[in-house]
Amino acid sequence: MANYNLESSEGRVEALRRMLLIRAFDEEAGDRFADGEIPGFVHLYIGEEAVGVGTCAALDPDDYIASTHRGHGHCIAKGLDPKYMMAELYGKAEGYCNGKGGSMHIADVDAGMLGANGIVGAGPPLATGAALSIDYDDRDQIAVSFLGDGAVAQGQVHEAMNLAATWDLPVVFVVENNQYGEGTPVEDQHNVDNLSDTAQAYDIPGLTVDGMDVTAVAEAVDEARSRARNGNGPTLVEAETYRYRGHYEGDEEPYRDEAEIERWKDRDPIDSFTERLIDRDELTEAEFEELQTEVEAKIQDAVDYAQDATPPEPHEAYDDMFGEIPPEIERFATAARTDGGTPGGDR
Amino acid sequence: MTAQVERELETETEELTVREAIRQALREELERDEDVFLIGEDIGEFGGVLEVTGDLYEEFGDERIKDTPISEAGFTGAATGAAATGTRPVVELMFSDFSGVAMEQIMNQMAKMRYMFGGKAEMPVTVRTTEGGGMGAASQHSGTVHTWMAHFPGLKAVAPGTAAAAKGLTKAAIRSNDPVFVFENKMIYEQTGQVPTDEDYTAPIGEAAIEREGDDVTVVATQRLVGESLQTAESIADEFGLEVEVIDPRSLYPLDTETIVESVRKTGRLIVADESPLSYGTHAEIVARVQEEAFFSLDAPIQRVGTPDTHMPFSPPLENEVLPDGDDVRAAIERIS
Repeated sequence: MANYNLESSEGRVEALRRMLLIRAFDEEAGDRFADGEIPGFVHLYIGEEAVGVGTCAALDPDDYIASTHRGHGHCIAKGLDPKYMMAELYGKAEGYCNGKGGSMHIADVDAGMLGANGIVGAGPPLATGAALSIDYDDRDQIAVSFLGDGAVAQGQVHEAMNLAATWDLPVVFVVENNQYGEGTPVEDQHNVDNLSDTAQAYDIPGLTVDGMDVTAVAEAVDEARSRARNGNGPTLVEAETYRYRGHYEGDEEPYRDEAEIERWKDRDPIDSFTERLIDRDELTEAEFEELQTEVEAKIQDAVDYAQDATPPEPHEAYDDMFGEIPPEIERFATAARTDGGTPGGDR
Repeated sequence: MTAQVERELETETEELTVREAIRQALREELERDEDVFLIGEDIGEFGGVLEVTGDLYEEFGDERIKDTPISEAGFTGAATGAAATGTRPVVELMFSDFSGVAMEQIMNQMAKMRYMFGGKAEMPVTVRTTEGGGMGAASQHSGTVHTWMAHFPGLKAVAPGTAAAAKGLTKAAIRSNDPVFVFENKMIYEQTGQVPTDEDYTAPIGEAAIEREGDDVTVVATQRLVGESLQTAESIADEFGLEVEVIDPRSLYPLDTETIVESVRKTGRLIVADESPLSYGTHAEIVARVQEEAFFSLDAPIQRVGTPDTHMPFSPPLENEVLPDGDDVRAAIERIS
């Protein structure tokens, strides 16, 4: 998918389209999860769209991103196809991971998306590793690690930042501060005023931007990207944002009240950006309606596709463990291919 | 004798220590493939705390021999991310006990990425690390943890007992597109053996080597206990006229069940000698596979030789007490012969 940036009017409309797509995708995913069509856990990105889209707007298509458990927005911002995403959430063979990953592990390495991640704080070392490959091969790319505010308390995050800073690796750490690490407020988890203050420990630039403003995020990441590509090492960008839904779907949210949520919704990243584009005559009301209709149709297509897609065959559970499959697994695969599979490991 | 061992013996060899054999493997693979680089603590100018990387830094420089901060989770995770994005890192975890620090990246990222992503990520990463007691390094520098990695789905684990296996397995690990742990026993770095000189020699992952043929008892021994079992086998032959077959599985996962089972069908007796703790481990896995495939060939209860579920104590008399050796293998043979 073509790259987009916020310097042109087309790019700004594309950014809006992606934010709308993320919101529509996640609203639909929430509904389908509630209906029992999507198994497992689902963490929705609604409210945080400007961070993923603003970040990816500053990237080239072949740059890498490492994502979090709340990864749908990063996927769409990076250009992944909602059809195969939804198929993955439905656990279907046509999904990005053939149904082996689901929402929490959705990935498309060829598209530079190194995976959503069920382990809080695991992405920064992986993105640092992608940056190491880039640096080793002298490639003209960068890697971005998204991480939540909660992840900033994890040891491996700091190991990655120290390594990346010490080696001047081309990586950008984008902290999505959505105010809560699961159910605990950010101020109860960290001793710094701004999470970007932690950058000082590694002598790298750290800044806090308005994560409800796609332009502010894009500008910060764009500068960080230039710095990384010029061999000047990593940057930590903290984006202050808010998730409208619970930590996961089904979260009863005893830790916050409706008034707080409404206050943040007043600063909605999609509404404010839409208004700005309309005010600047870059978009008409009619065009916006059209955009919304197009996005809703695309998500409906994705759901239709996912519902009609093929459930994986039981024997596929034995595929993809290794490049070279060992006899220990092969014997189960062979048996399952022959008899269609039996639940459990009772062969 | 397996076909592989026969092939190995047909080739030209030279005498090397285990340490030299590993270093030669690293050098050859660094020369062969520009995507390969080494990453770890003090492996550069310092030469490695147990001197395995030695002078490679002088030859290949800091681009390819990368000294890291003391940061096992960080650099193991970075190696994982690098492997998924086009390079072939070879990690040195200075002591296998330190793998605990890096375990999150090992078990949840390195081992799972290919599978979780439906096969759409390659993971050509090698992790070399040293195991074992015997030098008074105490509990946090003497562990034998290979059972963890052999147990954990998505990882391959090899553990050479000879110089030839050390070179061949290290090369096979680096060439593999799967994550492979190479467990080096620190007490056998100075042990010498004949090693094939052919630069394309590898020891295929999943193939055992029969190091000594015999008809009476099978000893499956790993790492340091391969050499000790071979010595024990010689003295048992002299004293009792019993011929002990010694098999080095070389690869713990995948495991060459067939070679072990064939041997037990012939001998009817099995000793499993491995330095890992006895409970719930490598021994148990080998025993389980043998009883599945060769239960009715067994003439005596299978015996296990290992560390009796303690950590490695510091003081030499204590360490000697718990560290399994050739005498323990001998006692096990005597119990069932």
